[in-house]
This record gives sequence, structure tokens and C-alpha cells, in this order.
Amino acid sequence: MPESPVPTQLKSQESNNTRDGASASPSRGKAHAPFTSAATPDPSDAMVLARAQAGDHHAFAILYSLHKRRIYSLCLRMVGNIAEAEDLTQEAFLQLHRKIGTFRGDSAFSTWLHRLAINVVLMQLRKKGLSLISLDEAMEPAPEEGPGRSFGAPDLTLAGAIDRLALERAVADLPAGYRLIFILHDVEGFEHNEIAAMLDCSIGNSKSQLHKARLKLREALRSNAQQEARS
Amino acid sequence: MSNKYRKMSCEEFQAQLAEMIGSGENVSENEHIRSCELCRALLADLQTIADAARDLFPVEEPPEKLWEKIETAIKSESTNGTKGSSQHAPHPPKVNL
Repeated sequence: MPESPVPTQLKSQESNNTRDGASASPSRGKAHAPFTSAATPDPSDAMVLARAQAGDHHAFAILYSLHKRRIYSLCLRMVGNIAEAEDLTQEAFLQLHRKIGTFRGDSAFSTWLHRLAINVVLMQLRKKGLSLISLDEAMEPAPEEGPGRSFGAPDLTLAGAIDRLALERAVADLPAGYRLIFILHDVEGFEHNEIAAMLDCSIGNSKSQLHKARLKLREALRSNAQQEARS
Repeated sequence: MSNKYRKMSCEEFQAQLAEMIGSGENVSENEHIRSCELCRALLADLQTIADAARDLFPVEEPPEKLWEKIETAIKSESTNGTKGSSQHAPHPPKVNL
């Protein structure tokens, strides 16, 4: 079985992570999470991996322990539901158990696992009906939308400061297609060409959906700010 | 916003904004944005949102019971013949994390 594809720019050392201290993330090196790169593997990590690939269950348990937070968090932010995130994490590690022997070390293991988990989530989302059709529909502006909708008095801008929880709520309320692109690009750090390949859509589609997602978030945050100002 | 030298209208500019941002163009140097306060504010907000996204959704710990479920599923697959191609021992020993 061929090794799963990985983001092309993911092979750099991922040591700049500030969030969980362990794991992988895509492209830009925007770097949410670090891991051992294929080029400079931590010898002990490499040994654990090799043992797990050879069928050592205890080593597999160590891999789970090392990667569980990153994978669970990825699933949680992609689906926004704890129960589903648990199921998807379980499925991701089951897939890992089945496929770990196919990992050849062309990329960081964490990168490979990260992509495997994303594929698990995408498969689940597709089963639930998030198809390209819905992605395309999400791209079509509603009648009340359009460029003009972005206008607003300067005093209603976000002024460079955003309440994190308010933004997380707004992201959770995004339509699934928008949320997916926003999470993959702005949160996970994938590039548009990588997202297009993952979702089997055009790069322009990915750019457009991301832009519309950000516009929707801006409207939600401005609305939120207006309500707070009134109360 | 009513700079006579502006080439694009706000509608035209915003219609192209997704592509401009997505292609990594330095939008702040765009002639329209330099003369249009509203579009400048829009761009600043979008940048703020993109920057804030990096700190969203802090890493969470999965429930402890999840490993037990995974172990059980692995055992089940090993016993029943796997869906995949696992070459692992049929009955992995229980590992407490």
C-alpha cells in the first residue's frame, strides 16, 4: 500500500510549536505544532515508531500517548462536536494501526499521521453529506451577500482585537464548507493547493471559500460587538 | 473613499480580493486600498481574523477511556480478521497509559 500523501512543505522541522509541544502541522510553517522531521528524527521517537511498525503494542500505545492530543484536537476543531471527535480520533488511530507499516519516513511521522487523520475526518464529513456540491453551494453568495455587504463604517471595524471565544463561536456557526476551509487554511496552516487536492476542488474555489468564510466571521464579530455595545 | 485617482470601485476591488489575498499579493499596496478607507478597514479586519485563527482552539486532551476503546477495537479487528492489513499480534496485551 502506498504511503499516504503529505503536504509538500511539511518536511521542515516543526519545532516552533507553541501550543501543545508535540505534533505536526502543514505548509507555511505557521507552525502550530512541531514534531520530529524525517531529516532529523529524535532517536527515541524513531525507535518507538520502528517498534510499533514491527507490531509492538506497547510502542503503539506510546505513539498514541504522544499524538493523541494533537489528533483529538484536530478532529474536534474540524467537526465541532466532542462525541464525533472521539469517534474520529478512534478511527484515526485504528487506521494508523492498520497502515503504520506503510509509513516509509519520507516525511515526519506526525505529518503523515496528521494527514491520515484529516482524511478520516473528510471521509466522515462526506458520508454525512458534505460533498463538493455543498462546497460549491457554499460558494454561491446568497442574494443579500456580495461585495457591497462588506461595507461598513470604519468605527465598526474589529480594531485589531478579537475575543478568541467569540471567534471560536463564530467559526463553529459557519456553514460546514466554510468552516472546513477556514480550519484547514487559517488554523491548520495548509496552503490552497493542498486544500484543493484534499477536497478535490479548484484552488480558486478554496481561495474564494476562505475569503467568504472570513467575511462571514467578520460580520458575526461585528454583529456581536454591536450587540455588546447596545447592552 | 472618493479619491479621484482610484482605478477600481469598491465592488470591483472586493470582487478580486479573494484572489489577491489567496495568491499572496501585497494587497496593502493596491492603488484602491490606499485611497479607500472602508476597504482598508475591511482588509485590516480580515487580516486580524486570519491572525487570530492561529490561536484558536487550544489543544485538548481526549478522555482517558478513549484508549481503552481503541485497544478493544484493535483486539476485535485482530480476532475477526482486520479490515486493513495489520501485521500485528492477534491479541495485543493491554497497556495502561
